[in-house]
Amino acid sequence: MEGLLPDLEVIRKDFPILSRTLADGRPLVYLDSANTSQKPQVVIDSMVDHLERHNANIARAMHQLGAESSAAFEEARDKVAAFIHAPSRDEVIFTKNASEALNLVASTLSWARGPLEIGEGDEVVITEMEHHSNIVPWQFLTERKGATLRWFGLTDDGRLDLSNIDDLITERTKVVSLTWVSNMLGTVNPVRQIADRAHEVRAVVVVDASQAVPQMPVDVVESGADFLVFTGHKVVGPTGIGVLWGRRELLEQLPPFLGGGEMIATVSMERSTYAGIPHKFEAGTPPIVEAIGLGVAIDYVSAVGMDRIRAHEETITRYALEQMTRIDGLTILGPVDAEHRGGAISFEIDGVHPHDVSQVLDSLGIAVRAGHHCAKPAHKRYGVQSSTRASSYLYTTPQEIDALIEGLEYTKKYFKVD
Amino acid sequence: MSQDLDTLYQEIILDHYKNPLNAGLREPYEAEVHHVNPTCGDEVTLRVHLSGTGEDAVVEDVSYAAEGCSISQASTSVMTDLVIGKTVTEALSVLDDFQTLMQGRGAVEPDEEVLEDGIAFAGVAKFPARVKCALLSWMAWKDATSRVLGEAGRSDDTPAGDDARTQPKEQA
Repeated sequence: MEGLLPDLEVIRKDFPILSRTLADGRPLVYLDSANTSQKPQVVIDSMVDHLERHNANIARAMHQLGAESSAAFEEARDKVAAFIHAPSRDEVIFTKNASEALNLVASTLSWARGPLEIGEGDEVVITEMEHHSNIVPWQFLTERKGATLRWFGLTDDGRLDLSNIDDLITERTKVVSLTWVSNMLGTVNPVRQIADRAHEVRAVVVVDASQAVPQMPVDVVESGADFLVFTGHKVVGPTGIGVLWGRRELLEQLPPFLGGGEMIATVSMERSTYAGIPHKFEAGTPPIVEAIGLGVAIDYVSAVGMDRIRAHEETITRYALEQMTRIDGLTILGPVDAEHRGGAISFEIDGVHPHDVSQVLDSLGIAVRAGHHCAKPAHKRYGVQSSTRASSYLYTTPQEIDALIEGLEYTKKYFKVD
Repeated sequence: MSQDLDTLYQEIILDHYKNPLNAGLREPYEAEVHHVNPTCGDEVTLRVHLSGTGEDAVVEDVSYAAEGCSISQASTSVMTDLVIGKTVTEALSVLDDFQTLMQGRGAVEPDEEVLEDGIAFAGVAKFPARVKCALLSWMAWKDATSRVLGEAGRSDDTPAGDDARTQPKEQA
């Protein structure tokens, strides 16, 4: 199959969990990578090594271990900056996850004074295909500021409906926040086109790249984003570490998010002054080991090559879509052409609830996700309450897709919907 | 294929799933509640109609509109079949037994005399992630019933109709 990673078997051996067996001695077929990816040995080892040999707090420990720990943490920031082509390492802020990064932007924008200030009558534009983490923080902001939340609707084939873009993005628009790749529909959105329109009205563009960064080469400047967020655990890194990238002049204009240690320049009992970016937004002891693990994860996917990972994902997704659309009673939610989508495929099977689909697949060792995938509005748009989602990554094989297809046929038989 | 799977999906459960008893929303009713399972989005709108008051109150009808998996749908069907016609006191005692079974991690021997078709859910207790599916409508019924009894003495039939959640937290 052309497009697959040629060293797929070698890559799979890097991920120890992929060789484990589940109940009844069944091999694991892991198709839940859009939920969280598995971790290569090198990431696990780097975290263990740090804890075993270099553990110390960063930036405040003056001893040798402190210096090693600080250097490793800051090196991870360099790696992230290079990976997403950030113009400056200072523009990379570590958070706990993508949700925290989005909340950081929405909260500090709601506190901002001056050019970034949002007031009554102003508008924030999102889309109907957002993860809840890119909906709720903007609801908070607009409710607090008396601003209005608006959104792009979706077309029947799972894309953003851009037909009314000039009505949605207007002189009143202060923020446009959207996902690059949908975690439910798989759709890859035309971020640049929307960002260009947003910039015509001087709106700030926030991009949720949680599903994009793991799957495709990302250049933050090229993308048109002013802020871009992603999470470590979907890009073969650990949980507990997320990234916010923002343009320097915007980050410098925003007030701090959390107050505490490390984010200050000086503190008196009356008032404080704040550190420069990125530390202004990193109060308290950060997730040090997790940041180091993310740095190594980025080394790993970079060594494989993001272009090759994208090609692999596209190939696997195309194969999965071809096979799945042959199953009677199966409906794909989202675009059915692989080149315009990511590797998450949500679907329905007539007569079998997604929970029951995933339960039967689980009994066969196949891990998928069932539910609303934290995208309830998008599900509602397509008239469904929930769906089953199979999602691949760089270690997914065509044989695993075959196992999924067999599992789905078996599920239909089990529930007698054939 | 899998014994575990057959323990979970008993024929009785699949039968109730395909042919649910007492489905639909009916009048009269004294309380209506809406419960959701935020983890998966399963939902039930449930109405209760009681006659009499206090401990002697009798469950005259339980009607519902529900959307969810086979376990939650079948459990709703079985629940209505079990509680309709009983006094509230008797029905609450059945609920207790069902809840004990569900939370027993597979170690509780169900009493068929009490739970009837409800014994089919014994296998669900071995799947912790599915226990809340089985309990969704039971909790909705308990909530609706306590609302009616809490409002005893009032003569109007105004439904409560509030949203209520069986689980407090939404997962990412």
